[in-house]
Amino acid sequence: MRLDIRWPIGGLFTITGVMLVIYGVVSDPAIYQKSLGINVNLWWGVVLVVFGILMLVLAHRASGGWAGWRRALSAEESGEDPRVG
Amino acid sequence: MLGIGWALRRVIRSSEDFFLSGRSIPAWIAGLAFISANLGAQEVIGMGASGAKYGIMTSHFYWVGAMPAMVFVGLFMMPFYYGSRARSVPEYLKLRFDEKTRGLNAITFAIMTVFSSGISMYALAKLLELVLGWSFHASIILTGVIVLIYIFLGGLTSAIYNEVLQFFLIVLGFLPLVLLGLKDVGGWSGLTAKLSVVATNAGFQPGAWSHSWKYMDSPTHNPMGIEWFGLVMGLGFAMSFGYWCTDFLVVQRAMAAGSMTAARRTPLIAAVPKMFMPALVILPGMLAIGMHATRGGFLPIGSDGQPNYNLAIPMLLAHYLPTGLLGLGLTALMASFMSGMAGNVTAFNTVWTYDIYQTFLRPGKSDAHYLRMGHAATVFGILASVVAAYAATRFNNINDILQLVFSFVNGPLFATFLLGMFWKRTTGHAAFSGLLTGTFVAALHYGLTMPRGASPGIHGGFLGTTLHVYPSEMALNFWTALFAWTSCFVSTIVISLFTTRTKTDDELRGLVYSLTPRIQEEAMPWYKRPVTLAIGILVASTILNVIFW
Repeated sequence: MRLDIRWPIGGLFTITGVMLVIYGVVSDPAIYQKSLGINVNLWWGVVLVVFGILMLVLAHRASGGWAGWRRALSAEESGEDPRVG
Repeated sequence: MLGIGWALRRVIRSSEDFFLSGRSIPAWIAGLAFISANLGAQEVIGMGASGAKYGIMTSHFYWVGAMPAMVFVGLFMMPFYYGSRARSVPEYLKLRFDEKTRGLNAITFAIMTVFSSGISMYALAKLLELVLGWSFHASIILTGVIVLIYIFLGGLTSAIYNEVLQFFLIVLGFLPLVLLGLKDVGGWSGLTAKLSVVATNAGFQPGAWSHSWKYMDSPTHNPMGIEWFGLVMGLGFAMSFGYWCTDFLVVQRAMAAGSMTAARRTPLIAAVPKMFMPALVILPGMLAIGMHATRGGFLPIGSDGQPNYNLAIPMLLAHYLPTGLLGLGLTALMASFMSGMAGNVTAFNTVWTYDIYQTFLRPGKSDAHYLRMGHAATVFGILASVVAAYAATRFNNINDILQLVFSFVNGPLFATFLLGMFWKRTTGHAAFSGLLTGTFVAALHYGLTMPRGASPGIHGGFLGTTLHVYPSEMALNFWTALFAWTSCFVSTIVISLFTTRTKTDDELRGLVYSLTPRIQEEAMPWYKRPVTLAIGILVASTILNVIFW
């Protein structure tokens, strides 16, 4: 089975979003003069996090939710590749 | 924040193992890859530049050009591509016609890929020049080396998945820019007010930059310098259908889909986000020119005294985005340039090695020999791209040069495909000479006409006498495509009638419409059927045309 593309996309944008939020909080407010006084790092970071988590949730649901994970885990314990199937 | 770029690269690379190509992939992924394959520098920089230079009329590339063409590909042409399992345009032409038609197309396609990658290279070098402050020459060399490394490391093995990722990167990286820009100028009404200054300065009616159809009664009334007939037939028909139906860089994405129905739905699904792309790529260009005209000095002035429209989007990025988000925007831009370049150089390598070298020059050598040739072709492709990149510096809008190349290559090719797929009487000799005639007529038209204000040479008019002067480069491109298409279409028909078919009906099964069994639609609800999707797309793009009339 292929890896659902929504996992890497979701992970990537969640991480990027978190980094932007952190940077938005600690950065010098003076740099936001160019963006019309809006702390775009903070706000767009939040948007990215929301988008990333949405992608992760969709991927999670497509893989069968928590039940799917439990199946995969028990399959792993019995020595099978959890990604197969 | 450039670190984000490196982090992205690493995630993309390490996840490559999971992405096996050649398997059936879901239609929405193929759909996003379908438009993403074309969301390179030409789209981002070129459409932004066109938005600045020609205003909202640039949207015709989408709502008159791409939409009907993508619907046509999905409904009518995909069955032949998917059914024949051809891996490239030259391969389809070989199956349908003969080796010489394939060879001719391979050569023009190779030239097209070199230009496309050269244009991406120019865009990336300009960006490095702007951001890092390097000289243009040094930036070009650096770009060439990076692409070479990228390709040899196998950066394209999971092309489709990278492209989907890139699609989101570009959308999410550019959206804040558009929102900030719109807020700054005071929304759409504020932008229209600024654009009316642009229009009156250029000697047009105030609405010339913000109405897409209203001023198309005469070429002298709008910045693109074209009237409705030339636009609908040249851009809407010859060029857009030519591009979306025959550019395999794009069409291949749909062929990765799991079934015939999925392959047909791919371009249709792709058309939905494509419809809204103008907000992301054309609007920033319009914002940039509006600010250039009212606040002054926004765009750098080129050697021809005109603003360098290509820099509209990079300048806007640097103007609005602070450290942090700027990193995301630049990463999105660079990723699209890089893949645009790598994709084209790889396509050049494939076409040169298998469709030209192996078929015509040195058949029957060992695999190792062709592999070495492939590596050499990659290096040569990059060197040729450097030349094309310098040619691109002569245009203040890279979309002008790109569409020029398309008008030469895709214009006549679309006529050949149309006849080949829908008229079984079309012969190999006719297809070959038709293509040759079409390309020759394109060159003749380009050599005898010029855009206003240009001097003979790379902008046309190199044959000594200039028969007609077009108001803009783009108008010249549209008419070149139309002349090329018509001459190819007519000469292919005439020569077909005077030559005999060499392929039997049996050999053409699955390649020609009348000899292909009707497709059995998979059982699915009506709202998922290709036809329903197609109608929805056409209605929606008509509405968009009316809104921005």
